[in-house]
Amino acid sequence: MVEMVSRPYARAFEEHATRYPNEILCLSADLTSSCEIDGFRDRHPEQFLSLGMAEQNMMSFAGGLGLAGYRPFVHTFGVFMYRRPYDQLVASIAYPRRKVRLMGFLPGVTTPGGMTHQSIEDISVMRSIPNMTVLECGDATEVESICAAADGIDGPVWCRVLRGSVPRLFDAPIRVGEIRVLSEGADVLVVTSGICTEEAMRARAAFAKAGLSIRHLHLHTIKPFDAEALLDHVNSVTHGVVTLENHVTEGGIGSLVAEVMADAGAGKRLMRLGLRDTYAHGGSRPYLMRYYGLDALALVNGIESLLGEEFGITEDDLDAARVDDVHSLVKAEAL
Amino acid sequence: MRNERSTEEIALGIRRRVFEHAIRNNGGYLSQACSAAEQMAWLYNEELNLGEPTLPMIPRPFAGVPALGNDAYQTGSGYNGPAEPEFDRLFIAPAHYALVAYATLIEVGRMAPEGLDMFNKDGSSVEMIGAEHSPGMEVHNGTLGIGLSTAAGLAWGRKRRGERGRTWVFMSDGEVQEGQTWEAIAAAAHHRIDNLYAIMDVNRQQCDGAMSNVMDVGDIKSKIEQFGGVAVRVDAHKPDQIREAAKTPHRGKPLIILANSSPFRGMPSLQLRFPGLHYVRFKSEEERSRMNREIARSLRVDPVACEGTH
Repeated sequence: MVEMVSRPYARAFEEHATRYPNEILCLSADLTSSCEIDGFRDRHPEQFLSLGMAEQNMMSFAGGLGLAGYRPFVHTFGVFMYRRPYDQLVASIAYPRRKVRLMGFLPGVTTPGGMTHQSIEDISVMRSIPNMTVLECGDATEVESICAAADGIDGPVWCRVLRGSVPRLFDAPIRVGEIRVLSEGADVLVVTSGICTEEAMRARAAFAKAGLSIRHLHLHTIKPFDAEALLDHVNSVTHGVVTLENHVTEGGIGSLVAEVMADAGAGKRLMRLGLRDTYAHGGSRPYLMRYYGLDALALVNGIESLLGEEFGITEDDLDAARVDDVHSLVKAEAL
Repeated sequence: MRNERSTEEIALGIRRRVFEHAIRNNGGYLSQACSAAEQMAWLYNEELNLGEPTLPMIPRPFAGVPALGNDAYQTGSGYNGPAEPEFDRLFIAPAHYALVAYATLIEVGRMAPEGLDMFNKDGSSVEMIGAEHSPGMEVHNGTLGIGLSTAAGLAWGRKRRGERGRTWVFMSDGEVQEGQTWEAIAAAAHHRIDNLYAIMDVNRQQCDGAMSNVMDVGDIKSKIEQFGGVAVRVDAHKPDQIREAAKTPHRGKPLIILANSSPFRGMPSLQLRFPGLHYVRFKSEEERSRMNREIARSLRVDPVACEGTH
């Protein structure tokens, strides 16, 4: 079985932040335990700032702390960190390149909170902001390494963080700017990020059994992006490219891949899977991923549609694949 | 650095410079000079503890925005001196007061008069809406309401480090329509940020006209107090009152001086333009030359010699 890690962020943040007691500050907007920093607040109150449900002030305040030479880690649900205080995010943090680390919890449909709680277009927004770096966690190892990775950036960083029980899929920590190559098949290129990577892994094993070889890339760094590396992979497959993301298909990694392919005249088909110009509603994560087409089955359908061919893969095949593949992944990652 | 002149003289100089600029350019932020001249003069001439300027008296041209690899980038804060622990910092929260701020820098000897000739010229750093790279500016405040929050963050950070320097914000009363202003005051009170100071130009005007017509904000003083700050009302045109107000005890709380001002002060002819005072653009050559004569008389200077009609 896949190893499930409990609250990896809580431990990783505390470990990182306590290394820099005079530089790192922990900011929270009334979602302290929800962002797994309640233990840190209790043990390190001198590094903790409670700023209440007042995100506009918090963003400019964080900019002021950055000006004073600190590296604030701002914690709240991702959606609350850009929709309301977008102006402050741009003017007080992004423009002056403050070293503010924006830790956005509950990305996409990982919350049952419905439209108001689901950040479904944040990557699109962040990618288009000059000076912004964009990172996203896909497993426990990435959650554990995102604090150090983000804190090494000379400028603001937007992070999509996973909380609670998180599967461990990878061994190596995030190295900003790199692409994880999870399999090196030659038929179809699959590009995923965040929680969709685990879904793609499940489908990949089933396709392997059905005789289709998948080249699978996982993106923890969305901006800056190594376009040349992606093009090499695009050119290494026969049929085309499928992207799957926990985000709308406009402006996220699907768009990112489309831009790279179009800029280079790559001339291969691309199918972008994700939320298709729609809001989501409240519900459990598996339900939402099925309902909105973000899971392994959606990827199977997408690949079949791209190829115009059916592989007879059923949900049972996917479930079976999950157990097998996770163990082989460690090897895959070592490639 | 202290100027040899009195705050009143500097305030008059600010009004004269802004007037001359507005006549030459057929308009400008005239009423802001009327309301804020004493406040700006007092800050720079008396209150702020600033080091010597670190940037050239004649501002350098625009050198790009902050970006990875743009090593030439710098803010305009060097006109206020270096950011040393013992020195004060100042943000101009309503960035459209830039013309008044630039005139102040000239009057107190921190910028050359030629700097104002670059105002709003393409390729210049002396921008119409003060940018981070404009003389005397350290952060972008063109989007109203973000200045006090940024200053609160800076002040908290400096206090944590034991720095003696204070963080000052020049504010406008229109900004209290923004909810962020109240978030900032609550946060500053909660975190006992008492090295945070503001002086607010309460001229009761905003872009659309009189605030009482656009959206009345009620009693700003009692609202600030309810949110946990200390507020003191003064006559914005009486430096003695401002001086006294700055001494108000405010342990554990930010101090905000409410400077009740007249948007016509020193230029009574502007009353004819009420309520359209935000940016006074002359409607005709006749109005321009009449304002030139009348305001010059009020400011005890000769009318500005303008070539041509525009």
